[in-house]
Amino acid sequence: MRHSAATAWVGQTLDDPNARQPTEAPVLISYRGVGKVFETDRGSMTAVRDITLDIREGEFVTLVGPSGCGKSTLLNMAAGLFEPTTGSVHYRDTLVTPYNRRVGYMTQNDHLLPWRDVQGNVMIPLEIRGMPRAEARDRVQQLLDKVGLKGFERAYPAQLSGGMRKRCALARLLAYDPEALLMDEPFGALDAQLRTRMQIEIRRLALELNKTVVFVTHDLDEAVSIADRCVVFTQRPGTIARVVDVPLPRERDLMQLRHDNSYRDLTAELWQLLAPDME
Amino acid sequence: MTQMNLTAPAGAMTAPEASATSRKRDRERQRRNRIWMARGGFLVAFVAAWQIAAMYFISDFFIGRPDAIATKLWAWAVNGSLFYHASITSIEALAGFLLGSLVGMAAGVLMGRAQTLAEIVDPFLMMFYSLPKVALAPMFILWFGIGIDMKIYLTATIVFFLVFLNTYAGVRSVSREQVAILRLMGARERHILRKVVLPSAVTWVFNGLRLSVPYALIGAIVGELIASNKGLGYLLANASGQYDTSAMFAALIAIMVLALALNLAVKVVERKAMPWKLAEDSREMSI
Repeated sequence: MRHSAATAWVGQTLDDPNARQPTEAPVLISYRGVGKVFETDRGSMTAVRDITLDIREGEFVTLVGPSGCGKSTLLNMAAGLFEPTTGSVHYRDTLVTPYNRRVGYMTQNDHLLPWRDVQGNVMIPLEIRGMPRAEARDRVQQLLDKVGLKGFERAYPAQLSGGMRKRCALARLLAYDPEALLMDEPFGALDAQLRTRMQIEIRRLALELNKTVVFVTHDLDEAVSIADRCVVFTQRPGTIARVVDVPLPRERDLMQLRHDNSYRDLTAELWQLLAPDME
Repeated sequence: MTQMNLTAPAGAMTAPEASATSRKRDRERQRRNRIWMARGGFLVAFVAAWQIAAMYFISDFFIGRPDAIATKLWAWAVNGSLFYHASITSIEALAGFLLGSLVGMAAGVLMGRAQTLAEIVDPFLMMFYSLPKVALAPMFILWFGIGIDMKIYLTATIVFFLVFLNTYAGVRSVSREQVAILRLMGARERHILRKVVLPSAVTWVFNGLRLSVPYALIGAIVGELIASNKGLGYLLANASGQYDTSAMFAALIAIMVLALALNLAVKVVERKAMPWKLAEDSREMSI
């Protein structure tokens, strides 16, 4: 089913001043009336409810909201780790079934394999694909170069700093060249400077490689500064409070953003929107 | 987050850094030396006290005498019987250890991956596990005779459970997130098994192996005590039959040395099999 321009941005409040015409790119990930209820020992817990959202090819979308509002649940469903309780999740117009192999996943815990060195970790997806060893090694070299880990091929994850582990996980993610990158607070544990540097790099890489990115964070500044579009969630059960087009150019200088007026206004406005939820 | 440590290929150290590290290493070496000297002192004091007690206070019929023990060991070493019997016991313990741990690992991986099968056989395995395995010795003599193979099977039965249970626990505790991430990369069951399950279970398997070493010797020695004409267990039983306390202690010491050697061998193999552990252990502690 194709989405008409009128339905493409459902979830956006009607009086949103930042409404913009949908771009021409085809829809990649589509949530249609998605809700998810988890059964626990202490009864059922609704994580998200009534989520309708389209993510287009090449878009950089951030999902932001208070902790526990079900943002990660949405990523998990896009990857096919589990099904929604109500509604459906589509990927390129086909229903997502377990293990959507066209997406790559990166979480706050990088899940590097501790018994493999950096090169070995990045090589895993290539080994799975059955790429010849020499070719794989060349590709790993390129990737490590791209993420700035050259010279650390033989280091084990335990020997790396937090930022370097992220770079390694990123290289592994890019190694199998997924269409879409699902990132779940990947830079959560990093200090502010390192975080900004990783944000710059992930944006540069996403644009350069034309990846679609869905990026979950609870940090409003991060959500606005790296996104083309920012989806704001309410507290649990998570619903979409607002969808905002970030009025910043695609090529932007993240280091200078704090001096940008439209960035400042937008974060202040969203802060107000989220503030009652954060108490 | 973890700190980068010295073994990481970081930039070269400056001169003060290098001298500080070497000073630290020197201090550490001195400490090790002192510990070894203290150990030596303890051993000498213990043996001396034993010797004096056996000569003046307690009959050496009960506690043996260090010089007699040493003489006995020397005599056994010279006429070659020590090495003959030790090699018999080693062969039994090693063969039983290998057999039991291989079957245990295979069963552990299989059950770890096939949950339903594991649930079906679980109560039966637990019943068998709670049985003291040495109680099986009479049965094994009936089935396999009193030769070397009976001791091998007895040892293998004991080792099997320890390795099996540890491997099973290791396979079950594999991070589901790591598996999911590999699945997203398109991994099939054999990839998951080879790249995640087995390597992450290795730590557990080695736990089981290390635990098994003394038990492997229990199997071999108990088998020999019950029925045999060779092996260190036989030496022990024989000395006991002649009320030769010093010879009994000599046999015990030989068994102890063999156990230490086996332990050391497992540790060496463990290091070789898990080079990443070395990197983790040598990391400077930080909370």
